[in-house]
Amino acid sequence: MTKRFGDFVAVNDLSLDVQPGTCLGLLGPNGAGKTTLMRMITGQTGLNGGSISVLDFDIATQSREARAVLGVCPQQDNMDDQQTARENLALWAALCRVPRAQRKSAIAKALATAQLTERAGERVTNLSGGMRRRLLLGRAFINSPKLVLLDEPTVGLDPQVRSDLWLIIDAMRRSGVTVVMSTHYIEEAERLADDIAIVNHGRVIARGTPHQLRERYVGVEAVEYFGPPEVLDEIASKAADAGLKSRRAGLSISVLGVENTSVELLNSWGRLSRRPTNLEDVFVLLTGESLDG
Amino acid sequence: MARFDVRSLPAVWTRELIIFKRYWPGTTFTAVLEPLIFLFAIGLGVGAFIDEIAGVKYVVFVGTGAVATAVLFSSVFPGMYNTFIARVFQKVYDGILSTPTTTAELMVGEASWVAARTAVYGSVPMMATIPFGLTPRWGMLLVPFICFISALGLTFLGQYISGLVKVIDSFSYFQSALLTPLLFVSGTYFPIDGLPKWFGTISNVNPVYHCIELVRDACFGTLSPASLWHVLALVVFAAITGTLSIRVMTKRLIT
Repeated sequence: MTKRFGDFVAVNDLSLDVQPGTCLGLLGPNGAGKTTLMRMITGQTGLNGGSISVLDFDIATQSREARAVLGVCPQQDNMDDQQTARENLALWAALCRVPRAQRKSAIAKALATAQLTERAGERVTNLSGGMRRRLLLGRAFINSPKLVLLDEPTVGLDPQVRSDLWLIIDAMRRSGVTVVMSTHYIEEAERLADDIAIVNHGRVIARGTPHQLRERYVGVEAVEYFGPPEVLDEIASKAADAGLKSRRAGLSISVLGVENTSVELLNSWGRLSRRPTNLEDVFVLLTGESLDG
Repeated sequence: MARFDVRSLPAVWTRELIIFKRYWPGTTFTAVLEPLIFLFAIGLGVGAFIDEIAGVKYVVFVGTGAVATAVLFSSVFPGMYNTFIARVFQKVYDGILSTPTTTAELMVGEASWVAARTAVYGSVPMMATIPFGLTPRWGMLLVPFICFISALGLTFLGQYISGLVKVIDSFSYFQSALLTPLLFVSGTYFPIDGLPKWFGTISNVNPVYHCIELVRDACFGTLSPASLWHVLALVVFAAITGTLSIRVMTKRLIT
């Protein structure tokens, strides 16, 4: 699928399939095209080329039917501030056409999922940032969706709140629902996603499990050197001569995939510390951009 | 384009009902009080100097005209401000459109709610005029329906305007250049047949004028086949503004 805004290509001939019951993590920096992709899946952004099929519904002709089986947790909080948590969920149950007889139990379940049963009568404006996010997650499940889109579900939250939300998302994932989650938090993608698509400039530039991506692009082990820029430049040059990949991160440089490189050689370049490679190494190596968080 | 599904409307009304249940005192106070102020200030104030106009007491003339004031204020402003706030500041529409609701259903749902509310608010000045000499007639039962169809088109107009502006402050241009003339060149406070002939021609495209004419026909017992022209004008106005509203909102919300 392709999406252009004027001359800017937000999604560039991107192709993606998601297996039922899995969690796909869309990992990419701000502006990579993740939110545009999410909006294309809900039919809120049109396509300039290609097609999207959600659970066998063609978005171009059956977007209403697709949205009926979708749950969406947007990046930007869009709840009615002056309504209570319960009222927001009641509204969503009506919008998602949850049968009237099932609405009460659906709302109770969503409140329990969001761990807000005790605060159901509280106006949303009085809830903390973390509680509002939990409510958004609960809301996304009000219609027992088959596919849930989570657009940066924990962005801007402190680590403790983020961990709480991960528990909720993990529970969703374990319940068998298919999850597509965009994030720019490495740890989030590593913990929650069965499968990761690294997106940059509107394209999927790498795809696989976290383990596969590390193994394919950066090996198992990395060493890190600290020093002034000229020293780091020199190490980068030596690493390249030795056929090793490296990436800079502020006052340090990481040389990647060193598990088969002699310890003497690595020690000769300076004082080092060893660590396992991670997804951030993959991402920075592939995109040349660093990730927040 | 997805087929219009009326099953989406109750869900949109649910949102409006939740909001109304919380804010009805403030909303109702403003919607009812302003036309009543016009009725008392102009109807009784100016009425002290003008005995009759178009064959009825001036206060009765203004009282029936104030129905249209209530209709205009209670419909076009929610159409402008509430729509802008929900779309731009709260992003509520983005959320709603991720459910099985379409832009057309959202706009029609919101406009029909506002119009239904306005049917009640618009009837208040008429009721308030009865003690001042407006004779109760069966035809008055039609006034809520006249208010409804008038308010529907005006709410759509408000939605359309809210889709045109980039910042909320820009509404003041439309208020001054469009809404104020709509009110004053409608026959609310003075008959337009006393104005130059081209005013009369212009008033034919003014929904407030058609609203007032119909309300007076209903209140004064002068309903005739000619009144159908005003009904037709209001229906056509609602159809045009509704189409414009849905078109501009689709452009804003579906990128």
